[in-house]
Amino acid sequence: MPRTGRLTTATAVLAAISALATACTGQGADTASDDPKADVTLNFWHGWSAPSEAKAIEENIARFEKAHPNIKVQVTGNMTDDKINQALRAGGDKAPDVVSSFTTDSVGKFCNSRAFADLNPFLAKSGVDKTKVFPKTLLAYTEFDGNQCTLPLLHDAYGLVYNKTAFAAAGITEPPKTWSQFTEVAQKLTKADASGHSYEQVGLMPTFHGYETKPTRLAAQWGATYFGADGRSNLAGDPAFAKMLSAQKDLVDKLGGYEKLERFRNTFGDEWSAEHPFHTGQVAMQIDGEWRASMAKEAGVPFEIGTAPLPVPDEQAADYGKGYLAGTIMGIAAGGKKQNAAWELVKYMTTDTEAVVAFANAIHNIPSTFAALESPDLQVTPEFKTFLDIARHPKSSTTPAKADGGTYQLTFEDFAYGVEKGDVTDIPAGLARTDRQIDTDIAKAK
Amino acid sequence: MTGAHPLRSKRRRSALRTAAFLSPWLIGFAVFFVYPLLSTLYFSFTRYDGFRQPAFNGLDNWSYVFTDYPLFWPAMRNTLWLVLVMVTCRVAFGLGIGLLITKIKTGTGIFRTLFYLPYLAPPVAATLAFVFLLNPGTGPVNTLLDAVGLPTPGWFTDADWSKPALTALALWGVGDLMVIFMAALLDVPKEQYEAAELDGAGAWARFRHITLPNISPIIMFAVVTGVIQAMQYYAQPLVAGKVAAGVIGGSGQQFEPGYPDKSTLTLPQLVYNLGFQRFDYGTACVVALVLFALSMAFTALLMRRRGGLIGAGE
Repeated sequence: MPRTGRLTTATAVLAAISALATACTGQGADTASDDPKADVTLNFWHGWSAPSEAKAIEENIARFEKAHPNIKVQVTGNMTDDKINQALRAGGDKAPDVVSSFTTDSVGKFCNSRAFADLNPFLAKSGVDKTKVFPKTLLAYTEFDGNQCTLPLLHDAYGLVYNKTAFAAAGITEPPKTWSQFTEVAQKLTKADASGHSYEQVGLMPTFHGYETKPTRLAAQWGATYFGADGRSNLAGDPAFAKMLSAQKDLVDKLGGYEKLERFRNTFGDEWSAEHPFHTGQVAMQIDGEWRASMAKEAGVPFEIGTAPLPVPDEQAADYGKGYLAGTIMGIAAGGKKQNAAWELVKYMTTDTEAVVAFANAIHNIPSTFAALESPDLQVTPEFKTFLDIARHPKSSTTPAKADGGTYQLTFEDFAYGVEKGDVTDIPAGLARTDRQIDTDIAKAK
Repeated sequence: MTGAHPLRSKRRRSALRTAAFLSPWLIGFAVFFVYPLLSTLYFSFTRYDGFRQPAFNGLDNWSYVFTDYPLFWPAMRNTLWLVLVMVTCRVAFGLGIGLLITKIKTGTGIFRTLFYLPYLAPPVAATLAFVFLLNPGTGPVNTLLDAVGLPTPGWFTDADWSKPALTALALWGVGDLMVIFMAALLDVPKEQYEAAELDGAGAWARFRHITLPNISPIIMFAVVTGVIQAMQYYAQPLVAGKVAAGVIGGSGQQFEPGYPDKSTLTLPQLVYNLGFQRFDYGTACVVALVLFALSMAFTALLMRRRGGLIGAGE
């Protein structure tokens, strides 16, 4: 075959493949014209897996089906974001129509890629004023660039869960409010083991692999701003980040150093099992969500449990009570053919006060609507009230939704690992490098 | 002139028959190799997230991978380390065990079984067992090392020790290579050893001049398949990193593979991370193509070398 002929054939093959490949890609519909009163079966995917959680979902769905006899809901639990994302892209009859995800960090990616339908038209059609139903912070983490592609379905507040018995034994009368008090208390509660090389108990596992002890949780206490008005990463621009990282590194050093702590951390049980180090008494204070106190009680811990907001930096003592907020989100598959029926389910699960309160009571999460937060039916224990107050605090904050999902948080976290380990000598310079990386990643994801 | 020349017609029929016989393979090759490869090449020049139409973005993905993606070079270094060190260790250890067992007079069956059994363990279960055994705080290995006064490494929590720990895991499951080497070693003609012994050759000389040339094709097979396995190394480092980092539960948790300090990150993990977690298919395709090119280069290099080794054997 002549050279030009081969080239033509190769080009034609490549063009044919391109055409085929593009033909395979799905396109999300912007409008929904299906009849919400027609008989349909919805596929609903969620991430809950514990038997009590699955039961709570089933009860909620049963109430929905009773109120909407024409809609049947096929529930699939224990789904990760990876599986959800892959199924949304694959499409087809088995793909989910309605999805809930634990990862608020993914919202930017969900909205930016148009994986989920914009719920603003549905809210308008149903006469729901979202600003009157949901707290502002929760709306912030469920939308991206004006696209309200998800709504909040319960939420989480992060605070401090502590061993009251260990506090009493160490002569500590109240939970620490400022970072310097926190450092002092953590040291007092730390006990070496018989060998002297490890611990019998640490006041706190301060490393960023210590389960919920994430850089984002601590940054919220410093009131850090991740992005500037121009949308560019602001880690080096806001001194709060450097201060937080230095304070955490100082705490790591004071409690024995990174290597010794990491070795001890490797003796811990699974975060979601009864062997959690807070339950076993290996750590006296745990940075965690509102679920930890009830999980510890269910595990039958032999000590008294206390809860408090996370400490704030000394210079921000007036803001004590604030914390980091995140939660579960719910959306409708953009490519779905039953969007109006799907909206009925989303509306019920996220805005119906009775449904929201019943679900919150069942899985010990914080309700996500103003009405449910004030409902007399909400079961509030003293431990849980702490987290409700954190959720209501005007300075409580969350991480913003970005086009790259949570990648920017992972990049920041990666840098924080280097700081706590002692690999970073110049934190501001490192933060500036991290800013550049985040900006590059976001520009690429848009 | 009407009708085809009889000889030409016969040749055409013969060619058609050959093509018919080859067609199952040709179709498979085109559908499962050529098409995916060309698609990967095409998508590597596009921005594609699975929802929006692929948009041509030139060399953006390629330049991002090589200059801006912070995980690429650590993953490349780790993969090359595993190819060079892990494969060498596995081949040497498998050959050593094979040699040892062929020399044992009694209880050969027991030793064969003992060394082969670990190979049957599923990779994830084997990795979990190793993370438990090598746990720096509670693992029996460090307890033993401590008892005899030796230093206790952090293993999967220490960036300097995580790849040696993965190599130890690979050596534990070396049963497949042991069986292949044993078969090759038992095939070496005994007369050659007898003649060499009569000539006064020692153990090393016999190994160097008789055993090695006779089994060189098998060594090459072990190296080539080992390199391909190392290039596809995914589950073991991911599981070890996740468990050691304490990230095993919670479907809402984000996890970037490579703990600790990106030391267990491999190129196949990047392909998954970019393609199925970030949903940046274009960039994932670039890494997949780099991996493909590396595999081809290593295999071509080894196959060239193979000619020499077989020649030596003959």
